Amino acid sequence: MTGQTITERILASASNKERVSPRETIEARVNVLMMHDVTSSDAIKLLKKEFEGKVADGLKVVVTPDHYVPAKDIASAKLYQELKEFVKEQEARGADIVPYMLEGGDYGVCHVMLPEKGHVLPGQVIVGGDSHTCTYGAFGAFSTGVGTTEAGNVLATGRLWFRVPESMKIEVNGKMPRNVMAKDLFLRVVGDIGVDGALYQAMEWTGPTIITMNMDERMTLTNMAIEAGAKSGIIAPDDITFDYLVDKGVMRRDFFYRKSWLESLGRIKSDSDAQYIAVKKIDASGLEPLVAKPSLPSNVVPASQLKDVRINQAYIGGCTGGKWTDFDAAAEILRGQKIAKGVRLLVVPSTADIQRELVRNGLYDTFMDAGAIFSAPTCGACLGGYMGILAPGESCISSTNRNFRGRMGDPSSEVYLASPKTVAASAIAGHITGAEK
Amino acid sequence: MKDTISGKVYVVGDNIDTDVTIPARFLTTMDPAFLGRHAMEDLDPKQYPVPFLNRDGTCDYRIIIAGRNFGCGSSREHAPIALHAAGIDAVVASSFARIFYRNCVNGGLLLPLESTMDLTAFFKTGDEGEIRVADNVADIINHSQQQLFPSRSFGPVKEIIEAGGLTAYNKKRLGLV
Repeated sequence: MTGQTITERILASASNKERVSPRETIEARVNVLMMHDVTSSDAIKLLKKEFEGKVADGLKVVVTPDHYVPAKDIASAKLYQELKEFVKEQEARGADIVPYMLEGGDYGVCHVMLPEKGHVLPGQVIVGGDSHTCTYGAFGAFSTGVGTTEAGNVLATGRLWFRVPESMKIEVNGKMPRNVMAKDLFLRVVGDIGVDGALYQAMEWTGPTIITMNMDERMTLTNMAIEAGAKSGIIAPDDITFDYLVDKGVMRRDFFYRKSWLESLGRIKSDSDAQYIAVKKIDASGLEPLVAKPSLPSNVVPASQLKDVRINQAYIGGCTGGKWTDFDAAAEILRGQKIAKGVRLLVVPSTADIQRELVRNGLYDTFMDAGAIFSAPTCGACLGGYMGILAPGESCISSTNRNFRGRMGDPSSEVYLASPKTVAASAIAGHITGAEK
Repeated sequence: MKDTISGKVYVVGDNIDTDVTIPARFLTTMDPAFLGRHAMEDLDPKQYPVPFLNRDGTCDYRIIIAGRNFGCGSSREHAPIALHAAGIDAVVASSFARIFYRNCVNGGLLLPLESTMDLTAFFKTGDEGEIRVADNVADIINHSQQQLFPSRSFGPVKEIIEAGGLTAYNKKRLGLV
């Protein structure tokens, strides 16, 4: 009998089976359900109307309003209000529900909030009403986006059916050049395989480049799995994962605990003889700054080919490109520089904690001095919500994840996807360019 | 689930994303009637000169015929809700983005059919189409061109589709109906 992938391992355990095989349909227990403001309203109604309103035992629900908050209009204020009432009601019923609301100021973009607050652990099954829920795979969890009907049914039953995905292994070797980030690495892959190149699959990242990468950068890789059509992205947990969890107060710092934790990870990794539908090898040292042109994330070319593209807006934010490392990298380029005339630079930290760190470490001043505009945490303009919508014909270079037609505003506006470093370098130049080596 | 769906078809290409299907500026509600009036609003008119919706917001089509990766992008269930509210009952595609496919199966509003080959060359917008479901597959018929194509098998999700969606399926299993 051949070995299993980390994804098959997790799904077998979650469905009480010895092993599962790709394409098999299973029903798995769900550890954590993420809910935000855009996709939860009908799930809440469904729970009440069809299932007597009780959240399933054993299910943790993490509530992170982020898309249209702080409320952009009356309709979104009502969505937020509905979520708040749901939290209050479920707390009274004794449900395992953890809210990160705006009251008190500790809130942010779901996919950065959940790891930051310690709700993502290796080996778990996590679903959420958002396609980028695949982000949590960076911690060795199986995580994937679901719809509203599914979210409502998970609330009620704590379980969900899955088709066990085939796994694609992406093995990355070599040291990434200084002007290249995980975003460029993902763009290289999706540029090669296309937006349906990993359809229904788990994208498993391994290799020396990955095991030395920090968690923020790993999260960029798993976050964008959906842009290649994948069901999930996953990276085996290791001591960098452990250190992140210690840092966030989830794990104890002592030596023996660490040792036993790392030993227990033996169960949360792929066997050496696991079966893959495809294996892709990449030499990261040969990468250069890349950009996805409108209107597909797979429309990838070197940034150096787009010197003629002038930009009206540069955007650093979102679940893909609004983490601490993203701002740290952009600030390195922007320090002591001014952005070009005629360019707006929007800086949108993903969470309140990140925003606080930006102020504390002087990065807030770096961005402001360069001429940036700072926003409160929100998904904002990434999905064309608000706070930076594009006018007809405008162009934006963005550290976010999608550049579909009309994604950030008018259908005739254009979004170019790139790493935070490339976004910063382009904001200074006024046209698209990668950062210096 | 309806066994037969017939009406005019609307033909689209590859990678139709959910931002085009229902743009994010309309996501502050899940009201089907409202979403239906904005279904496919951001389709590029240069590429799709025949509008999906009429000027008064009505839609002449009942079936969508698509190429690869239909419904890619966001997990928003607003997408199948909008298409269904506009009048669509089935989407035929050579492949689906997985969350959109699941939303069709679990939501129980739209019938998702995977074709065995790309059918966009065999249908043109406005053709009279018909879907006939039999056991675990369906026939996809173009009456205007007098052609018939098989769908791929629904596989194990047929049970959920037959129940009318995941909620009905779960309620039946839990003995709530």
